[in-house]
Amino acid sequence: MSELLLAPLAYDFMQNALAVAVISAAVCGMLSCWLVLMGWSLMGEAVAHSVLPGVVLAFALGIPLGIGAFVFGLLAVALIGALGQTTALKRETTIGVVFTTLFAAGLVLISTVTTSTHLQHILFGNVLGTSRTDLYQVGALAAVTVAVLLVKRRDFTLLAFDPTYAAAIGLRTGVLTAALLGLLALTTVTALQTLGVILVVAMLVIPGATGFLVARSFPVMLIVATSAGAAAATIGVYTSYWWDVSTGGSIVLVAASLFGLAYLFSPRRGLAAQLLRRRRRRRARTRPA
Amino acid sequence: MSKTAADPVRVESLTAGYPGVTALEDVSLQLNRGRITALLGANGSGKSTLFAALLGLRPPLRGTVRIFGQPPARARRANQVSYVPQHEQVDTSFPLTVEQVVMMGRYSHMGFLRRIRQTDRRAVDHALERTGLISLRRRSIGELSGGQRKRAFVARALAQDAPLMLLDEPFAGVDRTSESLIIEVLHTLRDAGAAVLISTHHLEGVEQLADEVVLLHRRVLASGPPSQVLTEQQLARAFGSALTPAPAARHDPASSGIAPGDGASGAVTRLSPEVGTSGAPSRHSPDDGASGVHQPPDEAEEVR
Repeated sequence: MSELLLAPLAYDFMQNALAVAVISAAVCGMLSCWLVLMGWSLMGEAVAHSVLPGVVLAFALGIPLGIGAFVFGLLAVALIGALGQTTALKRETTIGVVFTTLFAAGLVLISTVTTSTHLQHILFGNVLGTSRTDLYQVGALAAVTVAVLLVKRRDFTLLAFDPTYAAAIGLRTGVLTAALLGLLALTTVTALQTLGVILVVAMLVIPGATGFLVARSFPVMLIVATSAGAAAATIGVYTSYWWDVSTGGSIVLVAASLFGLAYLFSPRRGLAAQLLRRRRRRRARTRPA
Repeated sequence: MSKTAADPVRVESLTAGYPGVTALEDVSLQLNRGRITALLGANGSGKSTLFAALLGLRPPLRGTVRIFGQPPARARRANQVSYVPQHEQVDTSFPLTVEQVVMMGRYSHMGFLRRIRQTDRRAVDHALERTGLISLRRRSIGELSGGQRKRAFVARALAQDAPLMLLDEPFAGVDRTSESLIIEVLHTLRDAGAAVLISTHHLEGVEQLADEVVLLHRRVLASGPPSQVLTEQQLARAFGSALTPAPAARHDPASSGIAPGDGASGAVTRLSPEVGTSGAPSRHSPDDGASGVHQPPDEAEEVR
């Protein structure tokens, strides 16, 4: 067994891949708690898809891909906000318009700039091609994100729970919202290498949803979601190595399986617990009669 | 100015609303320390807009709002305002325990890192005790009844320990026990010198609850001690022909809360055509009162 687990790590590229996958998935999992509670799943998808032209441009200009991605992630957020404020369109609609447009722009740019292999890597991730430099970059970005999230966790949670009260007690809700969106863009960048533009959003939603089903209090939700992200990355990377299948795809499928387990067996909101409670109630009702 | 600057709330000729809709017109209002004021009005009378203006979340079109002599934004940051939200605003599926919700009231006392200190724990304990929630402190808020949940939000505002408390419809959908507990807490708070403003559309018990009543229907129709304000004629003007808005109106899905800073997104139905556009709110001629009668309960309040 240990042979099975250790053998892949004899390769440098596997070490890098596993490290980068676990780090980025854990950060995604952590952030996803707030995204789920804010109702920002679609926003996550929008930012994740909108970074595409930024990545392509950065590649063409020879600057770190992360910078291009971050700039376009913020651009997407700004455009969505601006459209919302200047039209009567619903948020869902403005999000749909903006991110598909930017994604399309990215596709067109790709076809002029680079080869189809690169296209594959950007869209679906290329975790096995992770270099040491990539790893350090992702590590640094993840550290920043985690630090901000943990230091300001109470404020973010209050913002999600009761924005009016947050404002009433003098929190700067605008700044907090902007910070959370900035972190969303940053996290997308960290996960790009592992999951690619298309699947990033999965890890920005599924772990948080899993934690939500399991936890009664926010700290527990945070721990469950972060662990679920890290576990999904670990199992996913090994699975893809053994069976030679898509790494990003495997990671997301493992995360979805964990969600499935929580859905069925969570002690509080799980399906099994609900059925059990219903049965017990029915029995209690029939017995005394 | 210096003498009046310290009033908990001083609103002068406030006009506020949304593009195309005037929710409040020429409203003047003053709250004093050690007084409970009930803000009484039908749905769509502008109560929520007034609350939003007091919190500084809806900038006035005309007029001024001062909280302890300061603009609302500064008063908020100085921890001078506590706020109890309306029912519909609260996401009950949120993974938070009662204790964690009440602790939120202490954030304005904490530093940048929001480290919880002994004084914060004590304030939370005390607030839970006063609202009868000690034994429920580890429950998740979704597991509480409507009345218990409301008490939890009152406890949060208590823990905040601010000299002005605003409560938005605190008795809507609340059981008797919780209601009397909340009233008791508010009376204690008043006796300790705080100013309390309660918005409500249910008349029952207002005399026992409040020292002052402000009758609102887009304008201030009347204000003063309950015995003077709560006359049949006045109420008819505020609530229209249905004089007793009581039990049926206790639960009210139409009115929703106030949300910070989503300026342009408010979907709003138009108020019915105004009658007297000029001058101060008059409070005589029954004909003039027609502006308050037969109006459908429109939703001039913000929609999230």
